[in-house]
Amino acid sequence: MACLVRSWIPLLFLQSFLVAIAFGSNEGEEFSEELLLKPLPDRKVLAHFHFENRAPPSNSHGRNHHLFPKAISQLVQKFRVKEMELSFTQGRWNHEHWGGFDPLSSMNAKPVGVELWAVFDVPQSQVDISWKNLTHALSGLFCASINFLESSTSYAAPTWGFGTNSDKLRYGSLPREAVCTENLTPWLKLLPCRDKDGISALMNRPSVYRGFYHSQRLHLSTVESGQEGLGSGIVLEQTLTVVIQPETTSVETNMQPSWSLSSLFGRKVVGSCVLAKSSNVYLQLEGRLGHESKNVDTEIEAHKLWMNSDFDLSLKPDRVIRESSSLLFIFDIDKSSDSEPFDLGLTWKLPSKWSCEQAPLHASRFLMGSGNERGAIAILLKATESQEKLSGRNLTTDGRCTIKANIFQIFPWYIKVYYHTLQIFVDQQQKTDSEVLKKINVSPSTDKVSSGMLEMMLELPCEVKSAAISIEYDKGFLHIDEYPPDANQGFDIPSALISFPSHHASLDFQEELSKSPLLSSFKEKSLVRSYTEVLLVPLTTPDFSMPYNVITITCTIFALYFGSLLNVLRRRIGEEERFLKSQAGKKRGGLKQLLSRLTAKIRGRPIEAPSSESPAAESSFLSSKLIFKIILVAGAAAAWQYFSTDK
Amino acid sequence: MAHHCCSRFLDLSRFRVLKGNQVISCADILSAMLLRGIGQKLQMAYGLNARLLGFLKSSRDKVILPCGDIAALVYLWNPFTIVSCVGLSTSPIENLAVVLALFGAVTRRVPLAAFGFVMATHLSLYPATLAIPIIIILGYGLDAPPIKLFLQTRSVENEKSSTSTVSKQAKSKQTTHLPFLWKTVAHFLFWVLLWSLYVLVLCALSLNKYGGLEEMFKRTYGFILSIEDLSPNIGVFWYFFAEVFDFFRNFFLIVFHVNVLFMLLPLVIRLKHRPCFLAFVYLAISSILKSYPSVGDSALYLSLWALFVNELIDMKFSFFLFCGYLGISLLSPVMHNLWIWRGTGNANFYFGNAIGYACFQIVFVVESVSAMLNHDRALRRSSSNHGEVKS
Repeated sequence: MACLVRSWIPLLFLQSFLVAIAFGSNEGEEFSEELLLKPLPDRKVLAHFHFENRAPPSNSHGRNHHLFPKAISQLVQKFRVKEMELSFTQGRWNHEHWGGFDPLSSMNAKPVGVELWAVFDVPQSQVDISWKNLTHALSGLFCASINFLESSTSYAAPTWGFGTNSDKLRYGSLPREAVCTENLTPWLKLLPCRDKDGISALMNRPSVYRGFYHSQRLHLSTVESGQEGLGSGIVLEQTLTVVIQPETTSVETNMQPSWSLSSLFGRKVVGSCVLAKSSNVYLQLEGRLGHESKNVDTEIEAHKLWMNSDFDLSLKPDRVIRESSSLLFIFDIDKSSDSEPFDLGLTWKLPSKWSCEQAPLHASRFLMGSGNERGAIAILLKATESQEKLSGRNLTTDGRCTIKANIFQIFPWYIKVYYHTLQIFVDQQQKTDSEVLKKINVSPSTDKVSSGMLEMMLELPCEVKSAAISIEYDKGFLHIDEYPPDANQGFDIPSALISFPSHHASLDFQEELSKSPLLSSFKEKSLVRSYTEVLLVPLTTPDFSMPYNVITITCTIFALYFGSLLNVLRRRIGEEERFLKSQAGKKRGGLKQLLSRLTAKIRGRPIEAPSSESPAAESSFLSSKLIFKIILVAGAAAAWQYFSTDK
Repeated sequence: MAHHCCSRFLDLSRFRVLKGNQVISCADILSAMLLRGIGQKLQMAYGLNARLLGFLKSSRDKVILPCGDIAALVYLWNPFTIVSCVGLSTSPIENLAVVLALFGAVTRRVPLAAFGFVMATHLSLYPATLAIPIIIILGYGLDAPPIKLFLQTRSVENEKSSTSTVSKQAKSKQTTHLPFLWKTVAHFLFWVLLWSLYVLVLCALSLNKYGGLEEMFKRTYGFILSIEDLSPNIGVFWYFFAEVFDFFRNFFLIVFHVNVLFMLLPLVIRLKHRPCFLAFVYLAISSILKSYPSVGDSALYLSLWALFVNELIDMKFSFFLFCGYLGISLLSPVMHNLWIWRGTGNANFYFGNAIGYACFQIVFVVESVSAMLNHDRALRRSSSNHGEVKS
């Protein structure tokens, strides 16, 4: 017993010390963990983990961080990052069923693979260098091949099409990056409690990666203190968005599946992370549920909100907040403990149906044409149901109702786009550029040097049913080394980004908010944006097994050319040869003639025209020639060596 | 919508074809006319030389073929010319510049020759090798049998008139060398300088905003010399440089470019008395070994070849070569289609075709040179026989 007590004392001491560091220091570093759960109309459940870590402005350079990850603050200091976002995504966000007009989807629906953008606080000339260094640092930090974004062929500098207007912005994406648990682990390391405690303990790898969509995001922004001498504060926002299909036993197909945290993740929350300032779980129910009860005054009616004829919640919410079209239940998980773990469950009693709010236009992208020489890329914008509701908002000065849509697209250099072939169809009728195209910015690609970029702003009438943009391209031919390991699979073209600059999504809470970072970020207006599919373009491949054959065959051709032409030029027919020989013979002295006659006699041949010189003379002649050749080759070799080492 | 796009695209392309064709077909017709002019000059020179050597009077009399008309017809009716014209290739314009240079040299219009030469070099770099034949044409005059033959015939005549050997030797020594017209050549060089200065100034003015001349050289000549574009063409380099290891890339670039230059000197030594034929050989070699060859280049050298039908009438393998050219021009579109469009063949199919084409071209050039040298030999033999018979 004494032993037990003795082992407990230092632990208690340590814990109190930690708590003192966490809360007692007036540095003001804050960490909060939140989880938003949201049943989706297509019988899936969305779980959105949100961790925010704030480091206030400080004057010292090498400061001590208590909660804030040192790696990130060093990154910010070293590369002077003003704002940065890195996302790892697998799966495609279903805009139709999972929503396209709420802050959650506009911020967390990301393109497949890795996407990175950053705004730097350095002089214009150093932006590219900072970007390259940043990609390498992040690559090491997150165990991903982000360093491929270093090459100028894979990133671009959007001017206004991306939504953030800055000339120090760089954007790049790697559509083929496989995202897995090796990327999640370093991401979790940035959290003070890692995945040992608190909400993040729910992240059971198999259940996270089994989902239909998961996107892990890291958003970093610096906050200027405004005071002289003080540095800037950093806000680190880490989110993980997972869409999971709950396992259901019910046979009824129109019944929403019931679920609980433990059935979704296979784990329960056992207490909050002690270092977190707040740890909350939210449950958002969308659709008609919000309209049912207007006035919740009495305890009974409040009780009805979470335990009614439609559904049951297994736990009593601490607070209920109403939004224009949804209900938000807030749970504080501080009360949970080992003996009483927090395991929120939702049980549906009646079949229910609702739909999500969608972006004004639904974007999809596809390829046209066949063969491996040329093709066309088309982006199709289709009107969604929610458009009628929104259309009233955007009246132009002359009274026309328009929808603005920004399209931002990067083309790798081997997709050689012909920008003059840009065609815009509105409701299947071709429009001239001046009718619908409000702004366009094009930067053409350079072979093997830089990628092309297209930004354009369309102004479409509100009653538009569909709009299509097509652009033609030629496919490039690559060097054998530039093909990825599985070349016949094709090449991925990064997603296009469609954003609606005059539409902003926000959750409109009627009540005054608590200090939750997640909810306040939802309350802020965010640009509605959606990413299109990644396109797979097959390119022609050379025969990868042929290098040696090609080299030898081509060199044979050259030998044929050189040899045969030279042979033709130096060939003399018999007459000429005899003439030359006789000329040469006339010049020779009598001794040599005698010698030649002698040798002819020895050999027993009839005397021809004085043909050969004496063997000795011949050999000496040969040797001098040989020496000359050797000197020539040696000289060439020395020159080669000199120039090659000089490099 | 796809249908809309396609129909629209077709309309546009048809319009473009019509518009582009006017310029390119005009260039083609003009080059055919110039070729005819060159051919007429060459034909006259051939007749004159033959008369001087005394062949035309003899029983082995041959009818002189109208090589200018043949060359013009070969150029205009060559399927390669038609294809490159329909395909809106720029090679007819490059060809026009080359033919213009030759025409200027043959008709001794020095500024025209210099203009054609500068433009051709500016457009495709490889015609720079034509400087040698043009200078020889301007310096020594048109194609003629070797000077020795004239000396021999003259000496035979001299022997008839006077038996003194001393005077004969003295006379032959006087005329072993034809006079080289330094003045005309200097004139030509001056005009070349002037035209290139003019072209460069114009380029500099128009490219002022886009990086100037340095950028232009990098993007044009640099692009030609460092074979960056690996799209398939009728040559062999695209596949070679798509496959070769990066480490050896520079080495092979040097080797292949030097190959174009390597044969210049031996050819000059052997064919200096036939500068127009030398120009043909240079053009043929550069169209085999150039970085981005096209059938338009072949069209040019094939029609230049037709200028020498009188001399090359005894060329070997002509039927074999004709069949080879025909086969390649039928097979290569098929192979290209199989590889690029249908995906049923692979790159080797088309590359094999390009290899075959290169081989046929090489045999063609080698046989032409060989036939020309043999023709000279035959002339010498017949002239010596002639002389012997006479004496």
